[in-house]
Amino acid sequence: MTRVKALLRRGLPPILAVVTALIFGAVVIVLTDFNNLALITTDPVAGIGGALGGVINGYGAMISGAFGDPGRVVTAFQTGDVNDIATAIRPITETLVATTPLIFTGLAIAVSFRAGMFNIGGNGQVMMGALGATLTAFTLQGQVPAFVILLAALAASLLFGGFWGFIPGFLKARTGAHEVITTIMLNYVASQVLFFALGLDTLRQPGSTAPVSKNLSAFVDVPVIISLPAIRLDYSFVVALITAGLVSLLLFRTTKGFELRASGFNMTAARYAGMSAGGSMMLAMAISGGLCGIAGGFLAVGTVGQLSLDLDGGIGFNAIALALLAGLRPGGVVLAALLFGALTNGGKLMGIQSGIPFDLLLFIMALVIMFVAAPGLIRTIWRVKVAKPLPEVASVSAVVPGESA
Amino acid sequence: MRLELREISKRFPGVLANDKISISADRGKVLGLLGENGAGKTTLMNILSGLYKPDSGQILIDGEERVFGDPAAAIDAGVGMVHQHFMLVPVFDVVEAVALGAETVSGPLGTFDRAAARRRIVELSEQYKLEVDPDAKIESLPVGVRQRVEILKALYRHSDILVLDEPSAVLTPYETEELFTIIRSLAATGTTIIFITHKLNEVLEVADHVVVLRRGRVAGTADPKSTTRQELANMMVGRDVELIVPKGPAKPGDVVLSIRDLVVRDDRLEIAVDGIDLEVRAGEIVAIAGVQGNGQTQLVEAITGLRQVDSGEITIGGTHVEKATPRQVSDLGVAHIPEDRGRDGLIAFMSIAENYILDTYHREPYSRWGIFDLDAVRAGAAKGVKDFDIRTPTIDTMAVSLSGGNQQKVVVAREFSVPVQLVIAAQPTRGLDVGSIEYIHRRIVEQRDAGAAIVIVSTELDEVLAVGDRIAVMFDGRIVGILQGDDATYENLGLLMGGAEFGGGVAA
Repeated sequence: MTRVKALLRRGLPPILAVVTALIFGAVVIVLTDFNNLALITTDPVAGIGGALGGVINGYGAMISGAFGDPGRVVTAFQTGDVNDIATAIRPITETLVATTPLIFTGLAIAVSFRAGMFNIGGNGQVMMGALGATLTAFTLQGQVPAFVILLAALAASLLFGGFWGFIPGFLKARTGAHEVITTIMLNYVASQVLFFALGLDTLRQPGSTAPVSKNLSAFVDVPVIISLPAIRLDYSFVVALITAGLVSLLLFRTTKGFELRASGFNMTAARYAGMSAGGSMMLAMAISGGLCGIAGGFLAVGTVGQLSLDLDGGIGFNAIALALLAGLRPGGVVLAALLFGALTNGGKLMGIQSGIPFDLLLFIMALVIMFVAAPGLIRTIWRVKVAKPLPEVASVSAVVPGESA
Repeated sequence: MRLELREISKRFPGVLANDKISISADRGKVLGLLGENGAGKTTLMNILSGLYKPDSGQILIDGEERVFGDPAAAIDAGVGMVHQHFMLVPVFDVVEAVALGAETVSGPLGTFDRAAARRRIVELSEQYKLEVDPDAKIESLPVGVRQRVEILKALYRHSDILVLDEPSAVLTPYETEELFTIIRSLAATGTTIIFITHKLNEVLEVADHVVVLRRGRVAGTADPKSTTRQELANMMVGRDVELIVPKGPAKPGDVVLSIRDLVVRDDRLEIAVDGIDLEVRAGEIVAIAGVQGNGQTQLVEAITGLRQVDSGEITIGGTHVEKATPRQVSDLGVAHIPEDRGRDGLIAFMSIAENYILDTYHREPYSRWGIFDLDAVRAGAAKGVKDFDIRTPTIDTMAVSLSGGNQQKVVVAREFSVPVQLVIAAQPTRGLDVGSIEYIHRRIVEQRDAGAAIVIVSTELDEVLAVGDRIAVMFDGRIVGILQGDDATYENLGLLMGGAEFGGGVAA
């Protein structure tokens, strides 16, 4: 019972933040709906109705774009037609495809933040991971079975990303260089390294001037979960879920995780307790980079199937917002990644069906984070009591009646 | 009666912080408000200064009922508050800091009339012998002077009811004496003073009348001229307390901690510990007295592996530890109670259980192969909470929500949860109330009697005299004298702390 209550207390603010952001998004849809706005003066009922209709249309398209149409899924399964089923479930599988890399990067950011390290370098670490996977795959091409290539490529992505994360951790531990600066700068370095690598003969797509590599999907791929036409959802999603469980175990069940969290909360106290704060920084950043790297690896050899300059798609940055929304909890990261995945995927259909630009979603996501960062605002808007105990009340209640020692 | 509070009650969720408290104070009198942490002193004063509204009860100024809706109303009525934590802008100079919010303005644009403000500040400073340089930057001022700036702020706003909340908590003994002189001179000119503290000596020294609060109620009142420390302490805690923990004579055994010609530098690379020799034997308590900032902090950090040793030797139980890490020192069986428990001893936003295993988490039974045995952790923490009588709702409660005394108990419980041969306790009872001080001292004496060597670093003479079997005084990075506990007095210790060479001491 208390566990449920505690979960609710923790879960309520982010949920309300999302709801509030969607309401603000609706207001923006109405305010930018100039046709219906123009009607307000002449025919208010039609104007307001039309504007609200626009909101319902837009959000409706977003939801069905993200999760599909339940009725259609049922009929598709009744007919048993493979193509029908694939089309019906495609929205939800595409949402999960978008969710998967966000789970990895969200976990990565959560680990580093828990250790007090602000890893802003997720994008660079994703790129390096993708590069490592691609190089390994092409090196091994034709020499070993496909699944060995896959495993080697993923291991390489872990190492490349991990190394890219370790550098700022090492610099901070040894020289005190602030990780915010170094991780941002390493993003630029990573993208230049990628640009250079894409010019190498081993990787370059013959005849193409765009900075993209040859296709990987010809000889290596991540197996899909459901084998249906046009369904891309592969086992990276399962790996992501397992990874979330592992990260949770690492943080809350192992001594290393304890050291990470302790140094993150209070570095001096951790040092006084005999922990190595520098070691925790380096470890946390290496793990964080490795998780980002894996995200990049799966994108390169799986979902995208080739290396490109814009492969990361900004997921390293989005992950920061996502991890905060998740309260830096692995379980929360999975949920928040689902939300972000659904918004990105559903937003596309919203753009096509209702003409509301995809950019509105960026606006909504930004608002979500703002509201999460400002719980006071949510408290005021929704009038929910998130009782903040007064310091002196806590000290009074600690002196419970009874004999003092 | 200048000020009267009648039957003030204030309830917070789950706790009655003030239960029909009545106090009064006359013009020119000092009222000592005594009580342990959490007795309701601060709540009462926040009501008086308009920060909280009482649930019931009246505030009377000169016999007239007043309702303070906000702090401004209280200031208008002449109530000035000097908080425990100062509210000053560090980069301002004294004139700016004092005038902030009550600036005198002049000219058509309403510009700040600095000259006028400065004149008045100098005037007040001279009148009450505050000796504050009006042009000094706040950040360059020592803590004692900053406090006088806070008092100036109140006086500048024409306050003649001055509330001082635990004013001596941050002061050295000498600064405290200076503060008392100021309080007396303020009272002599008709200012009413409410002096909040949990230190018994202070109320006896400076108050005209004492009110003791306990668990939100008035536990009793006393006249400082006719009461005793013991009587006040009993009233505060609600039972008979031992102000000086009884302990038998020390039975010194083998040397556990041996320090030879130790030199340690501080963060600015200046010499902080300047050639110290010290031996501490099993079964004795060596108290290191001294005014804050004479190298005690660096000495403790060097012993516990937290600070690099410049030169010299430190051995613990025969093992050299000059180059040891904190973990290696702790593994030798060294308990370290750090000087600043909030910063160094606890992780505020972690649970009691997690704090309880903070430096033993890597050992069995709490973990094996790097994996926690959560049942063992919970069992260990529950035992610690029980053994040390830590008042907390659950072991999952965050450390930050405990009172200072209970936080320190968590630290002590943790440090004593494994066998120790050496205890390094830095300011182990700073900011704690009488009951907790008694408890912590008793636990430390228990460790001594069990055969541990104990070093207690303290700036409080009372503490040094109460627990030290031998007392070493540090001044300017050196030990200027070592006295047997029985030979030490306030006077000879005070002289040594001030840097005077003391003939009777054996400079070891």
